[in-house]
Amino acid sequence: MAASRDTPAWVDLVLLPALNLAAAFVVAGLVILVLGENPVKAMGILFYGAFGYGEAVGFTLYYATSFVFAGLAVAVAFHAGLFNIGGEGQAYLGGLGAGLVCLFLGGLPPILVVPLAMVASALFGAAWAYIPGYLQARRGSHIVITTIMFNFIAAALMTHLMVNVLIKPGQQSPESREFDPGTWMPFVHELAAKFAIAVAKSPLNLSIVLAIAVSIFVWLFLWRTRWGYALRVVGHNETAAVYGGIAPAKVIIGAMALSGALAGLVGVNEIMGVQHRLILNFTGGVGYVGIAVALMGRNHPIGIALAALLFGALYQGGTELSFDMPKLTKEVVVVIQGLVILFCGAFEGMFRPQILAMLRRRRLQAAAAAGA
Amino acid sequence: MSDWLLLILTMIDATVRVATPLVLAALAGLFSERSGIVDVGLEGKMLGAAFAAAAVAYVTGSPWLGLVAAIAAATALAMVHGLACITFNGNQVVSGMALNILMAGLAPTLAFAWFSQGGQTPLLGPGRRFEPIALPFADAFAQIPVLGEIYGRITGHNILVYAAAVSVPLVAWVIYRTRFGLRLRAVGENPSAVDTAGIFVGALRYRALLCNGLLCGLAGAYLSTAHGAGFVRDMTAGKGYLALAALIFGKWKPLPTLLACLLFAFTDALQARLQGVSLPVLGQVPVQAIQALPYLLTVLLLAGFVGRAMAPRAIGIPYVKER
Repeated sequence: MAASRDTPAWVDLVLLPALNLAAAFVVAGLVILVLGENPVKAMGILFYGAFGYGEAVGFTLYYATSFVFAGLAVAVAFHAGLFNIGGEGQAYLGGLGAGLVCLFLGGLPPILVVPLAMVASALFGAAWAYIPGYLQARRGSHIVITTIMFNFIAAALMTHLMVNVLIKPGQQSPESREFDPGTWMPFVHELAAKFAIAVAKSPLNLSIVLAIAVSIFVWLFLWRTRWGYALRVVGHNETAAVYGGIAPAKVIIGAMALSGALAGLVGVNEIMGVQHRLILNFTGGVGYVGIAVALMGRNHPIGIALAALLFGALYQGGTELSFDMPKLTKEVVVVIQGLVILFCGAFEGMFRPQILAMLRRRRLQAAAAAGA
Repeated sequence: MSDWLLLILTMIDATVRVATPLVLAALAGLFSERSGIVDVGLEGKMLGAAFAAAAVAYVTGSPWLGLVAAIAAATALAMVHGLACITFNGNQVVSGMALNILMAGLAPTLAFAWFSQGGQTPLLGPGRRFEPIALPFADAFAQIPVLGEIYGRITGHNILVYAAAVSVPLVAWVIYRTRFGLRLRAVGENPSAVDTAGIFVGALRYRALLCNGLLCGLAGAYLSTAHGAGFVRDMTAGKGYLALAALIFGKWKPLPTLLACLLFAFTDALQARLQGVSLPVLGQVPVQAIQALPYLLTVLLLAGFVGRAMAPRAIGIPYVKER
């Protein structure tokens, strides 16, 4: 994962990810070919569906917003040496927190209730990650297992709440009542209309501003504060952290809580921004995409923003693809996503030896030419 | 009295049915993790195998060919995992998650494209599934009052249930009593020592993953061609993760892992039984709380009883030879 010393930065940050991404798309193309569709045409539809017209761009950015939150969540935990696979459950609970505030405090003025709901989503997400963090730090329970289990428990809890408690009376489908409009995150196209700027209608809302702000905060926190430093030291070497006067258990618990809070903010985008009510499964796997986003983005906010954009485009373009090609279902998106994670994450080192050998040969040739 | 016996026997029956894929998958994970490779991808391999088994069993009409296909599919995925973890020194958890996500998409996509039944395979009729088989003397035992009841529960399962039962002592024997097993355990603890002894670390780990694929294939085939009658989307439903939890709870040892699987399966059987039943102290418990029981139990057990799990020491770390 860490950039090795003998690799130039541009190879590590640009060339290798690009090669891996290309490999993922070649395999995805083969899958589409096997399914009996034209892969080149499919990729064209995918790209046009993601960026081709205003509405598409709006959708892409809306998906990317959620992925930024989820990706940052994974990255913060990762810098502390923790693998938080529980982003999905934490985002689910975050949405619950935001939803509860919007449902029961919706009468308050928007200037009060919107920030309150945001804080609630972060707190609920943080609480859901705090428990696995605590169990890891104090009881030694494996964080990967506990966070996975907490995803399942969150799903069960939310189903119970939606079916039995929060469901709108006299309704079949498990949904809460709609929130007061005062609690909604403003849509970008509505806001732009106020300034007489024409922006295509899409679910893109002001959460994207929050995502950018949070990205900057995470960068400042990790690389410009004492706490961020302690967090990274624990992630690099727990023993060294102890000798430096850092208590790893506290850092682990704190890092997980922060990670959960970031994941919880997904709820702001989905629940306050788009759904305006609590529904089942509004997260739709965003926590898992966050892992890929963090990996591709090298756990850095800028990289995460770019990777989130890529996955947002995949989601939006892939949905378009399943409309246009009858042999493809919406699960094709999941296939491409899995391939991208496989090639950009697990097969990260696939091309590295060849590229390094090539660079070394070039350098030797240059040296020989200079000598002669 | 006889009511209670019947209840207990029914519970045991249900437990065995749920435990079979868990045991097979957990033992698959045991091979991988004992050799030093984290295996979060059990879920995906099982799902892929379940689809392959159902698809081939439907097309050829033979569950045995389905089983072969399931093993081939799971092994192929295990080799992809090996490529990532052994050859490319990649992140093992990420590789496992990638396989899970990939198969969650690929299996229903292929099912939709090939069978056009909305992401599942056609229902497997008789002859295309593994049928229950009667053990010897089943008829003779049936005459005896209590023993007959008990033997009646032991006999009459399908072949994969017995395969799972046999695989536990078999895996224990391989791990603890063979040269391959000794080397496997060594490579998970201290790969450089194994390397120094002149054994190829990578090849050994690949062989461990072959065993892993074989067992995942059995687990997947059980789901779609023995327990169920066809592939349904997301039919593993977290069983791969539960198997992994059972493996950790069982401290990476075959027999304790079996017991952990049985415990999880029993909780699952219990939750099926408890739905809609009013309990003495708690009253009517929501269905979802009962469904979450195995997961809650996992968290509690990992927090309370296992303590700091002593994982194989080299687990999760790619082996790179010193330059």
